[in-house]
Amino acid sequence: MSNEALTRAAPPSRLRRILGFNPIYAVLVLLVILIALRNPAFLEPTGYMNFLKRVAPIAIAASGQLFVIVAGGFDLSMGAVVTFTVIGASMLIANNADAVYWVIPLLFAIGALVGLINGLVVVYLRVPSLIATLGMMITLGGATLFWSGGAPKGYLPDSFRFFGRYNVPNVPGIAILPISLIVLAGMVALLWWLLHHTNYGRLLLAIGDNPRAAQLAGIPVERVRILAFVISSLSAVTTGILVGGFSGVSPDAGAGYELQAITAAVLGGAQLLGGRGSIPATVAGGATLAAIFTLLNFLGLPNPVRSVVQGLILIGAVALAMYRRKRTGQ
Amino acid sequence: MTDMLAPAPVRGMLRFERIAPVLLVVAALLVYAAVAVSTRQPQYLTVDNFIQILARSIALGITAVGQTFVILLASIDLSVANLISAAAVLASVIMAGQPSMIVPAIAAVLVLGLVVGVVNGLVVARLGVNPLIATLGMAFIIQGCLSAFVNNFAGSVPEEFQAFAYGQVGPVPWSLVFLTALAVIAWFVLRFTKFGSDIYAVGGNPDAARVAGIKTWRVILAGHVICSLTAVIAGLYLASRLRSGAPWIGADGAYDLQSIAVTVIGGTVLSGGRGGIWGTMAGVLIFSLIDAIFNLTGLAAVVGVQGMLRGVIIVAAVAFYAVRSRKIVA
Repeated sequence: MSNEALTRAAPPSRLRRILGFNPIYAVLVLLVILIALRNPAFLEPTGYMNFLKRVAPIAIAASGQLFVIVAGGFDLSMGAVVTFTVIGASMLIANNADAVYWVIPLLFAIGALVGLINGLVVVYLRVPSLIATLGMMITLGGATLFWSGGAPKGYLPDSFRFFGRYNVPNVPGIAILPISLIVLAGMVALLWWLLHHTNYGRLLLAIGDNPRAAQLAGIPVERVRILAFVISSLSAVTTGILVGGFSGVSPDAGAGYELQAITAAVLGGAQLLGGRGSIPATVAGGATLAAIFTLLNFLGLPNPVRSVVQGLILIGAVALAMYRRKRTGQ
Repeated sequence: MTDMLAPAPVRGMLRFERIAPVLLVVAALLVYAAVAVSTRQPQYLTVDNFIQILARSIALGITAVGQTFVILLASIDLSVANLISAAAVLASVIMAGQPSMIVPAIAAVLVLGLVVGVVNGLVVARLGVNPLIATLGMAFIIQGCLSAFVNNFAGSVPEEFQAFAYGQVGPVPWSLVFLTALAVIAWFVLRFTKFGSDIYAVGGNPDAARVAGIKTWRVILAGHVICSLTAVIAGLYLASRLRSGAPWIGADGAYDLQSIAVTVIGGTVLSGGRGGIWGTMAGVLIFSLIDAIFNLTGLAAVVGVQGMLRGVIIVAAVAFYAVRSRKIVA
């Protein structure tokens, strides 16, 4: 504890922080150019809109995950919340399209409860977030299976799938505008404002940077950290609603979202164990991840390669960040 | 840290962390016995049955020995599950049913473990990459390489090698003797060798250890090599037991998260420097007993319930230790 405080005592000077350009944007632009060269149809509105549609769920999940990461934790229960949202929606709606209007608020309420439990367990029972959210992942996964009897039935009506699936046609200039993109923009704007332009965001970053100092400074550490887990779970529910629109009802609808979200945040330069992170860069990290998968698809590379590439990128991104931090002096 | 290195005084023997795993094991045993009696299945209370319960968790036990080393170093290894699959497949493909190929197969598998361990260790200790990310990336890479070559049971294990999983010394399975021996060796190394005390020193306070003249990166590297070697041995055991290797056996058993969970339940703290091998073995025993209780009560047959309770139990067991600490956990 005390050593961490010592080694983190000297923050980068303001000048260096401004000069330190986040390389993720350059990587994203490069990848988009590569995709466009490989497949010119990507530059048509339908091409890039379909790409952005794929970015939406992962970018929203990653932005929510970032709140927990900058406070120094992890949220591994995200994928389970996404799966729960998809299967729970199909169970609750039970083929009654009108039910959507109360089902969506109910899903958000359950999501908030999941985040609240995660936060309470971490803050008051002092269970490390890795274990606490892992436990939640296993418990919620089991509960979802139990509820659906192992074989999820039913389907999601169009009124629910609207958010993930529907495009507004004939928009001047861009031909189509997916609803999921509006959800993405709204969600990202809200989370960006919350993390970078409110007192709450500043407190969260302060806690992640040095929890003991934050506590001594009188920050209500407990409340601030619990709220971060709630935000993470709520964004996982939002992701789940979009995923429900893209794909069918399946017990692995949300599999891997927690790791993709962490990867995206790390690609965006978020510092694991807290104290640093940015919403725009995290969204760019999510887009980069989606762009890499798109590119591998266009190149006709099989799924195993995708897995290897994701592993290499993950390690490479953090190694590079560590190297840069050493060079710039902490 | 000092009281770890000094011969433990009597007062130390009675410290909460040391007796807590015993309390948890006793509690699990009592529940098991109560369930067996109340459901009128006294035939499950025999010594033979107890040995069988233990023998079901050999692979988890072997993996958890290695995981204890890395967690004591304040590191973690998420790549063990996929490494187990890779080792099982590699062994069974090389053996291809021929007894003469047993030795080359074991050698090849150990080399695989060595290489993965060295890479994990170097990325964590030399590049300074967060161990969670480094080993998660390694997990993706191993999974990708593996599924590029095999997608079903591959190769076969000769009868002679199946003795590893099925052979018995009197009423005790060979594999259980092996696991016990492995735990004793690990205990000896941790308790009585310089390397062992270096591990506690580096895990407890890496900066102090460095100042004290310990080559910290070498200790971390060695810890990761040990962890990967135990994982490939667990892979050999599973290949012997299933008579063939398949690319999903490690992930199916969730050996990555399970080995971390049993280590933490055994009182080894995720932040490193405190804990030990017998706590981990107690954790394995607790998990086996929980599975046995699920089987006795018939809950194992109800889809989802096992997951639900298991998640709650993991969190509750960790909270049992953690709730007493004053530290702000991540």
